Amino acid sequence: MNDSSQGRLPPLLLLHPDDNILVARRDIAAGERVEIDGESLLIPGPVELGHKLARRALAPDTRVLKYGAPIGSMKMAVGRGEHVHLHNLRSDYIPSTTRDVGTDGH
Amino acid sequence: MRGFLRSDGRKGIRNVVAVAYLVECAHHVSRLIVQKSGSDDVHLIGFPGCYPNKYALEMMKRLCTHPNVGAVLLVSLGCESFNREELRKHIRASGRPVDLLVIQQAGGTTRTLNAGLEAVKKMRAQITQQQPVPMALSELVVGTVCGGSDGTSGITANPAVGRCFDWLIENDAACIFEETGELIGCERIMASRAVTPELGREIEACVDKAANYYRIMGYGSFAPGNAEGGLTTLEEKSMGAYSKSGSSPISGLIKPGDIPPRGGLYLLDVVPDGEPRFGFPNISDNAEIVELIACGSHLILFTTGRGSVVGSAISPVIKVCANPDTYERMADDMDVNAGRILHGAELDDVGREIYGLVQKVAGGEPSKSEALGHQEFILTYKQFEPIGPACLPAA
Repeated sequence: MNDSSQGRLPPLLLLHPDDNILVARRDIAAGERVEIDGESLLIPGPVELGHKLARRALAPDTRVLKYGAPIGSMKMAVGRGEHVHLHNLRSDYIPSTTRDVGTDGH
Repeated sequence: MRGFLRSDGRKGIRNVVAVAYLVECAHHVSRLIVQKSGSDDVHLIGFPGCYPNKYALEMMKRLCTHPNVGAVLLVSLGCESFNREELRKHIRASGRPVDLLVIQQAGGTTRTLNAGLEAVKKMRAQITQQQPVPMALSELVVGTVCGGSDGTSGITANPAVGRCFDWLIENDAACIFEETGELIGCERIMASRAVTPELGREIEACVDKAANYYRIMGYGSFAPGNAEGGLTTLEEKSMGAYSKSGSSPISGLIKPGDIPPRGGLYLLDVVPDGEPRFGFPNISDNAEIVELIACGSHLILFTTGRGSVVGSAISPVIKVCANPDTYERMADDMDVNAGRILHGAELDDVGREIYGLVQKVAGGEPSKSEALGHQEFILTYKQFEPIGPACLPAA
């Protein structure tokens, strides 16, 4: 695939119609304009390839769905287009660990 | 495809000599024998512990009589508790050439090395006489594992391997997926794919066991690199890993060393039974690969997003790279660029590429990690109860 064909592809992937998050198909810069469900908006912060952002505003304790399956619950509210990761999403099974601060840190 | 026919009816896609140390104290001498043999077809395996372990003995029996293994040299220090005579008897009963060197009896490092080199040379001369026979796809056992997963793994490489698995199973091959600790959150979906409700209940119970085990360990199977690559939770990683299994019905639940009785899809339960005793179930990816091989896997499909370079002793490892940026950086180590799916390639096309490559590597073509000389191996302490009757329903 050359860069021009890559450029034509939408930068966000919806993996399942029930999902409330989208996956970045490439690195997306802060301030980049993207379309989510037909609505154009500015991405507030950078989102790297493979990372997730909110398809719609998510309230605390909302079950996050990816592949149509639950992957955890929101720790806090986020707005549409915001990065969804360790800082605002927790496991419903076993907390995730990072090198920095142990469990569920950022 | 052609394979080397063994006395148990299975066929090997390689014909290697395994040099096996039976305690860490015999590791260096064994490594010297492998290195100085000068052949890529002499592989180093072994068990480091001095205390007895039934699982380790059973695993070594399975590995030493794996269809890809043509002959075995056992290297013992002499005072360790590993039951070397039982292992030797088991290998001999399979019809393979086998030799046992005991360093304390042979007179130390140099004498054992020289005797080992002589033994390997003799075995190589014997097994290279063996003519391969035709081998069908239905005689193949393929395992899959993921390592260094990121947010691309579950979108590209893992579902592409799933497609390949579906086609292999259509041709009556046996396919194995594993690491129940990395399938936490997928238990109900997996149970619904089981060929019987009883098997479904066994699958749910084995994932519960894994969740409990990891909770006691204090960590899930989730590495910092997983988070850096965009994965946030264990169950998110699980859903991605799960897609390696494709869409075939699940025919059975097996444990390390159990060989699939026929074609189909099998889940390998790698989490020990009983109270947690010897630490983390699988301390690194190669521990999982060794267990897949002990279940008879001829080759391994290894998906990676962050980028792993490992191969394995005994069975070739095919690398399927999920992340297009990682592929750019590490192309020399990667057999398949599944990340091109993110640039518009079709999942089925990548699945077909993997399916074709499985047949080529089974036909003798070296995989990337194999050509680079990767022959990692690790085996540690575990304990298992035998599987129950509901785990392998009759066909």
